[in-house]
Amino acid sequence: MKQSLSNPVLVKEIKLRFRSLKSFTGILFYLIAMAIFVFGFIMLTTSFTGTGYFRPEESFFMFAMLTFIQLGLILFITPGLTAGAISTEREKQTLNILLTTSQTSFQIIIGKLTSSIAFLLLLLVAGLPIYSMVFLFGGVSPGQLGVIFLFFFLTMLAVGGIGIMYSTIIRKTIVAMIATYGTMIFLAGVTGFIYLVITGINTMGGAGVPTSSPIGHFFASINPVVLILTLITPQSDEFITSTTLIDFPIWIGYTIFYVLITILTIFIAVKKLRVNMKRAK
Amino acid sequence: MIEIKGLTKKYGSFYALNDLNLTLSEGTVFGFVGANGAGKSTTFSILATLLQPTSGDAFINGKSVKTDAHEVRKQIGYMPDFFGVYDQLKANEYLDFYGASYGIPEAEREILIPQLLELVNLTHKRYEYVDLLSRGMKQRLCLARALIHDPNVLILDEPASGLDPRARVEMRDILKQLKGMGKTILISSHILPELAEMCDEIGVIDGGRLIAHGTVHEIQAQLAGERYISVKIKGLLENAVIFFEEDPFVSNVETNTEKNILAFNYRGSEDDQIDLLKKALDNQLRIVSFSEAETDLEDVFMEITKGAK
Repeated sequence: MKQSLSNPVLVKEIKLRFRSLKSFTGILFYLIAMAIFVFGFIMLTTSFTGTGYFRPEESFFMFAMLTFIQLGLILFITPGLTAGAISTEREKQTLNILLTTSQTSFQIIIGKLTSSIAFLLLLLVAGLPIYSMVFLFGGVSPGQLGVIFLFFFLTMLAVGGIGIMYSTIIRKTIVAMIATYGTMIFLAGVTGFIYLVITGINTMGGAGVPTSSPIGHFFASINPVVLILTLITPQSDEFITSTTLIDFPIWIGYTIFYVLITILTIFIAVKKLRVNMKRAK
Repeated sequence: MIEIKGLTKKYGSFYALNDLNLTLSEGTVFGFVGANGAGKSTTFSILATLLQPTSGDAFINGKSVKTDAHEVRKQIGYMPDFFGVYDQLKANEYLDFYGASYGIPEAEREILIPQLLELVNLTHKRYEYVDLLSRGMKQRLCLARALIHDPNVLILDEPASGLDPRARVEMRDILKQLKGMGKTILISSHILPELAEMCDEIGVIDGGRLIAHGTVHEIQAQLAGERYISVKIKGLLENAVIFFEEDPFVSNVETNTEKNILAFNYRGSEDDQIDLLKKALDNQLRIVSFSEAETDLEDVFMEITKGAK
């Protein structure tokens, strides 16, 4: 049972990652930065109000800030962890040997993806005690935090899948990394901009009355920043509904899209990892 | 058993491999000789399921590299000409990782790894980080890695390249041990005389084509059809030169007056050669030695590839 569950690539990657001092210093500095932010925020708020109190609405604001910081962290770090997963093996001339073992392409890709995500998850979990400070002051429910973490996980999977896919199909790590970051910028920035442009044009075209815009809604749905906004403040979802006239929850659209992206990117990576010996030329 | 049928690999209009046909029976040690870019590594990459052939197929123990690639991988141990190692991984962990990659249970790996390290003389480096090992040690470790799943067939691409003479001798000794274990070994090397010593068969490849195949002696005979004979004389060398030049099978007589040696190419049969020696002795030539000089594989290779070009 243990044998069937263990993935050699995953075990090896985790071993290598945690032998490197970089991983520990990375976690340490992340926690220090988070602690400075949380305690600094509490200190500044209490001293500015002069009351010495930290109210639930301030706690909620801190929670929102922390959530966006962590989203930024995921969008920034995941490509770095995954976009070199296969291309680095190729550059270090270890890939050919790995490909002649009896591991399946799926095992290799999943091993690489899970080891990268495991590290990021550790980073997020290590930050949870500091994150949980918000519960001391109210304004946020554990359920809300749980839902946000679920979406963080889904985003990590999809971004990780994109990184692994580029790493498999592009020979050079640096190019794979640029392509992954480019896709991230598109998903987190350009999609939001397109949504604003489309809804703006729709409103102007209809003499101030918005017309139905499924494309605008789609671009809003696949934007992680918009998703987190709608999870923190449900009014944002209503706003998007009012501007696009599409009454479909953002989180459902986001889940469908990112699950599909994860499946598609992993599928492409698995197919492209080894040459297709059967294909006729 | 290895069977290669019409294997061809084309890049645009360039043939890296052109209609290669080869059959090797079980337990054969086959040496692949060829200049850089001749097609050795291409052949090995296809056999290792890393490269798709343009046409043709290869079979390892009856399994096609095209349709049964997963099964082929279980039966081969592949050592590429250039390879890297993982940083921060110790020698025993390196083997353990690949053992796990072949689905060998942990308990078996614990027994197997010390045995393999002993085979390649690396027991004392068991807990050393692999990236800190010398080149020769890395090569031996990579060979141990190729053996971890006990494959029938070993595909070794230039295993001795870049090694110092001592490391080459160590590698050669290990390969001899593997030959003794009955493994089918395909090996390419630039150190041609070393191949001659351990290989049952040799294949010479040039421009993607197999231009000669057989035992070392067959290839040597195929090359020349003539032998190179050296004769040491006591007394006047001139008389001996006149005598040997008269023989119809003798050509290119060369002399070394300092050592009183003459040498020539001989096209006659072995019986003709016996008669020649007998006639020389009957003619009062005082012969100290009469011997056939060994043509080394390097000469064979140079001669054959020169013809092919």
